[in-house]
Amino acid sequence: MAGLSHMRSGMVSVSVTVDGVRRTADVEPRTLLVHLLREQFGRVGTVIGCETSNCGACTVLLDGVSVKSCSVLAVQADGATVDTIQGLAAPDGTLHPIQQAFHENHGLQCGYCTPGMVMRTVSLLQENPDPTEDEVRAGLKGNLCRCTGYQGIVKAVQAAAAALSTSATSTSAERTHAASEVTS
Amino acid sequence: MTTAPEIAPEQTPEREVGKARLRKEDHRLLTGRTRWTDNLNLPGMVHLALVRSPFAHARIVSIDTSQATAADGVVGVWTGEDLPEQGAMPIAWTVSEDLKVPSLLPLSVGSVKHVGDVVAVVAATTQAAALDAAELVDVDYEELPAVVDPLAALEEGSPLVHPDLGTNVCATWGMDSVTLGTGGNVEEAISAAENDPDQVVIRRTLRQNRITPGFIEPRSIVVDPTAEQVTMWSATQVPHILRILLAMTQPIEEHRLRVIAPDVGGGFGGKLQATAEEALVLLIALRLQTPVKYTETRNESMQSAHHARDQIQRLTLAARRDGTITAFDVDLIADMGAYLGILTAGIPLLGGFMFNGIYKIPAYRFFCTDVFTNKVMTDAYRGAGKPEATFGIERMMDELAAELGMDPIEVRRRNWIKPGEFPYATVAGLTYDSGNYDQATDTALEMFRYEELRAEQARRRESNDPVQLGIGVCTFVELSGLAPSRVLGSLNYGSGGWEHASIRMLPTGKVEVVSGATPHGQGHATAFAQLVSDELGVPFEDIILIAGDTASSHKGMDTYGSRSLVVGGMAIVGAARKVVAKALPIAAHLLEASPEDVEFRTGRFEVKGTDSSVSMTEVMLHTWLCHNLPDGLEPNLDSDYTFDPENFSFPTGTHLAAVEVDTETGRVHVRDYVCVQDVGVIVNPLIVDGQVQGGLSQGIGQALFEEILYDEDGQLKSGTLADYYLPSAVDVPHYRTAYTVTEATTNTLGVKAVGETGTTAAPPAIVNGVLDALRPLGVPDVTMPLTPVKVWSAIQQARGSQEEVTG
Amino acid sequence: MRPVDFDYAAPEDIAGVVQALVDGGDDAKIISGGQSLMPVLRMRMAAPELLVDLRKVDGLREIRQEGSELVIGAMVTHHTLATDPLVAEHAGLLAQAAATIGDAQIRYRGTIGGALAHADPAGDLGAAVLALDGSVDIVGPAGERTVGAAEFFQDYFTTAVGEDDVAVAVRIPSHAGWGSCYEKFTVVAQAWAVVAVGATLRIADGVIQEAKVAMANMGPTPLRASQVEAALAGAAVDAGTLDAAGSRAGEGTNPPEDSAGTPEYRRHLAGVLARRALRSAAGVE
Ligand SMILES: Cc1cc2nc3c(=O)[nH]c(=O)nc-3n(C[C@H](O)[C@H](O)[C@H](O)COP(=O)(O)OP(=O)(O)OC[C@H]3O[C@@H](n4cnc5c(N)ncnc54)[C@H](O)[C@@H]3O)c2cc1C
Ligand code: FES
Ligand code: FES
Repeated sequence: MAGLSHMRSGMVSVSVTVDGVRRTADVEPRTLLVHLLREQFGRVGTVIGCETSNCGACTVLLDGVSVKSCSVLAVQADGATVDTIQGLAAPDGTLHPIQQAFHENHGLQCGYCTPGMVMRTVSLLQENPDPTEDEVRAGLKGNLCRCTGYQGIVKAVQAAAAALSTSATSTSAERTHAASEVTS
Repeated sequence: MTTAPEIAPEQTPEREVGKARLRKEDHRLLTGRTRWTDNLNLPGMVHLALVRSPFAHARIVSIDTSQATAADGVVGVWTGEDLPEQGAMPIAWTVSEDLKVPSLLPLSVGSVKHVGDVVAVVAATTQAAALDAAELVDVDYEELPAVVDPLAALEEGSPLVHPDLGTNVCATWGMDSVTLGTGGNVEEAISAAENDPDQVVIRRTLRQNRITPGFIEPRSIVVDPTAEQVTMWSATQVPHILRILLAMTQPIEEHRLRVIAPDVGGGFGGKLQATAEEALVLLIALRLQTPVKYTETRNESMQSAHHARDQIQRLTLAARRDGTITAFDVDLIADMGAYLGILTAGIPLLGGFMFNGIYKIPAYRFFCTDVFTNKVMTDAYRGAGKPEATFGIERMMDELAAELGMDPIEVRRRNWIKPGEFPYATVAGLTYDSGNYDQATDTALEMFRYEELRAEQARRRESNDPVQLGIGVCTFVELSGLAPSRVLGSLNYGSGGWEHASIRMLPTGKVEVVSGATPHGQGHATAFAQLVSDELGVPFEDIILIAGDTASSHKGMDTYGSRSLVVGGMAIVGAARKVVAKALPIAAHLLEASPEDVEFRTGRFEVKGTDSSVSMTEVMLHTWLCHNLPDGLEPNLDSDYTFDPENFSFPTGTHLAAVEVDTETGRVHVRDYVCVQDVGVIVNPLIVDGQVQGGLSQGIGQALFEEILYDEDGQLKSGTLADYYLPSAVDVPHYRTAYTVTEATTNTLGVKAVGETGTTAAPPAIVNGVLDALRPLGVPDVTMPLTPVKVWSAIQQARGSQEEVTG
Repeated sequence: MRPVDFDYAAPEDIAGVVQALVDGGDDAKIISGGQSLMPVLRMRMAAPELLVDLRKVDGLREIRQEGSELVIGAMVTHHTLATDPLVAEHAGLLAQAAATIGDAQIRYRGTIGGALAHADPAGDLGAAVLALDGSVDIVGPAGERTVGAAEFFQDYFTTAVGEDDVAVAVRIPSHAGWGSCYEKFTVVAQAWAVVAVGATLRIADGVIQEAKVAMANMGPTPLRASQVEAALAGAAVDAGTLDAAGSRAGEGTNPPEDSAGTPEYRRHLAGVLARRALRSAAGVE
């Protein structure tokens, strides 16, 4: 069968700054970024919902913009910065304004789509800090939620936009972390 | 007009019940600290990959596992023949005496019955290695003829899904108002109507599309075995039921199996199952005596997790020309798929109790034929049989209105049960405790600006606007709060319908609430804390929920059928009242008063007529200290309560949809959606609204976009999210919701239920709206999902046949 | 699911890429944005031995003007196409088409080179590039060549890009000042086009000087609606003319059949979308 007879050059070392921490790991080239995060770095906040890059549950920021981490190879993220849902709140647990808005507007039920929704929202509000309801909906079309019917989510994104425009709170992507080396 | 949830006047703000409390569970879900099953990584854990049938029906000639066994990292490979200890998967509902139960083994032996049936399992040290080796398992199949269409399956000479059963008919089940003693003879009433110029008889065949619950978290299972105890984590709605069913069918005893549903990413009925995969992970873990994990892919989920709906409804409605219904006859063909899940055969039956809707129907009959086909089994999905029934009756109400040239609201009004008529014994044998359909409908009509929209509709019709406007109506009642155990017994259901709760009073004044209702997104931790806070006077913040683990929440019936609040909540209230009863003599002792003189009010025990009192918190501490308690009294406030409901609960509502149909493209755009619900007393308006909105989007998905498609050979054509269209935020409207409250009289909280209302009401509301727009063009029906191509084709066809008539 | 195992190379120049493809033999594949390839790999519908990544190759992310042409590097993402002012000015239709692709996350990763090389018949950029008379610069073992869009698209998922070739840039003659509109019809917002029609018009003195119309998912490759274009050239800008011409978009096509549309429906839809695209491109209500 394909792939098994051929001698592989084997593992590749990658180095990625995840939520402010520089980490390195040896990966098979076929390893997806989401697998690197979940299985090798233990960053299980980012989740998987499909194979076809439709659901958006795996959304993270790669070098500052939202991507589906199931559609990026770990080797392609070598040298990059990845921000996940786990780096968004303050270290003391204080929610980021977007997370807080999801909380206050009942923008989540089971929470499975939530990491992706929130990370996509970070990117969306960078693209468009004051979106209309229709713009929010269009901006979230790559993230599927089966629980909420989206209304709470849309409300949350608009509330977050308002909160962010009145506060100068920095996102974790902007926050500077003391880079430390972690090898998994 | 209010678009936010209204709070009943009797729900005073000091009470927790009625407050829009933000959810306790959110923080971990928002910060990625969630405990999904697939997050678990145990030392020594091996991973499974499953080899699934690519054929809808085939004989397994041989399976060669040698190459796979020899592959890197492989710990073991098994076929069905290699697992003699495996037991057939259980069903929980023996609906009829003629029920045929095919054997569903975790690992197929001899043959496969649908695409996705499991034929071999590979265990390896990594998931990647397991997947690689699974491709090396060489299965030789002899393809057999498959039957995909349920009507074809009923024909003479059809291929048989299970030749050993000798038929594709799984079961038949019926009921009628004569036998029930609730009304007249349907056949007589219909033939009388046919011969009565003052009556109309309407016959329609409607179709319920096959869809998937579509939880976003794929199912995942981890089993950690020791000789003493075996722990299973599963992304299931029903850890308690699963434990019992696995113990009854697989080589594990109940007391040795602990099942944990950690955080679960949606279920909607789709995770209300005892699956072959769960049994398989258990079996392999028992074989290997090491932790084992399996997480399905979306594609596997689509070809193995149960589907839903998939009915053909042949309906006959008779009515007088003034709109009054005289008889309703329901003849269903329900597609079971290839096997029976725990409730598969019973799902259509649940609908049997609801096809009469909110109406007074003098003669009623329901008959259902359950049919096997070479497809994935169907089973519960949000509403389970009742959305199908609501669709049937509500579509027929619109057909009746159209036939009589009446307003669809008016037709309904002529037939529905009036506020003064509750409790009302229905023709289907249930008793609706309360409701006020007039109030909900009037509120909805006003919010919707019904008359204005009708005027706009007329204008568009007149001007031949390419975009036509339709108004869709659905007035409905839901059967919720599953379920009174005696009723279940009478239906041959294999368990009770009670729920259990325990309350543990901690020495520092905090409270643990243990519930057998297992949450997966519904906000149990929040709503239950609100209930307990009111009962015990303990602050909301001081209450925590323990659920979803058969070791700590030892007794339960889990979450489905809109039962968590109306059944589970009542169990909690029962337990809380027992706590108060136990605390009272201790408080009296501490107050040096006689128990008769002490009363409990908002967290304090007070000696009547004095200002002497002691708080619940103090009683909790003193009970723990046990230094100074009444003689002979058990030093314990903790209490258990098992609540078995006396009746179902009946949430209702009126939904109105304004849909624009672009007749050039066939696109349906839901421009406005108003729903006024009566879910009884509202515990948390935020959560209630969320439940409604989520259900509505699923209902709109069924109506407009979603369909599981098989080709003639039984190949699944919609096996990924790229070809199964789940609605995104763009595809659903902004809902306008409001609430009217008639309290349930069947429980002391006055609560009804809310979970399944959206999926129940939205499909008929949307389809009625589209047909309301298109009927003047001559379009009689469009089957769900109403995709643009189907709507456009229906318009074309109507135009074609009209040209034939005129030309 | 996970992809089958493969080797990975990320050469730093095009020569290195071509060499890697040659050395890698039949089962070597380029990966650029990965937005079409990764789902295919994860479903194990392809099993390459080697992936050659373009991400380290210099210059492929540039957009520059060369004379009257806009030259867009193969690794320019859909997001950039949709937001870049140069693209908006000279190739408005391409920007509009790019903005409709998938969703924001897909657009941040997916590239024009990958989209054209992948050549999904429902793809949006192919139709836009075809309408704009674009061409593709291809580098292979035998050197560099430029292939016009009409020759580039050959069949379902088949283009002029050979096994060891790399698409390095897309050339679009400037359409500055042209009106344009990309009308895409999907079942749900996330889905690929059932049909899409891109129209771009040069209008002067109330007369259509030139009209270019192309369609996605109306056949194995993107198609030009030449009968529509011919009917419009030199015509006055009025709704009746635009509609009459647009209605003919589906004529003579043989579009696919699937759950989202029958061939008949698609032909009809092409006409409707063409009318709408033309009106909008012409600024006619
Ligand atoms: C959920 C989803 C929705 C989508 N919706 C749309 C849509 O609506 N419209 C649309 O047009 N597209 C859509 N796409 C596809 C998207 O546009 C892709 O980005 C595009 O098709 C491929 O570009 P890529 O850079 O990602 O290429 P890759 O996925 O990296 O490669 C695709 C193919 O092209 C080859 N290739 C890549 N680059 C080159 C090159 N420079 N030279 C030669 N060969 C090359 C690869 O070997 C591979 O065979 C969607 C994708 C997803 C996952
Ligand atoms: S897991 Fe579904 S988009 Fe990445
Ligand atoms: S909250 Fe459950 S999928 Fe979005």
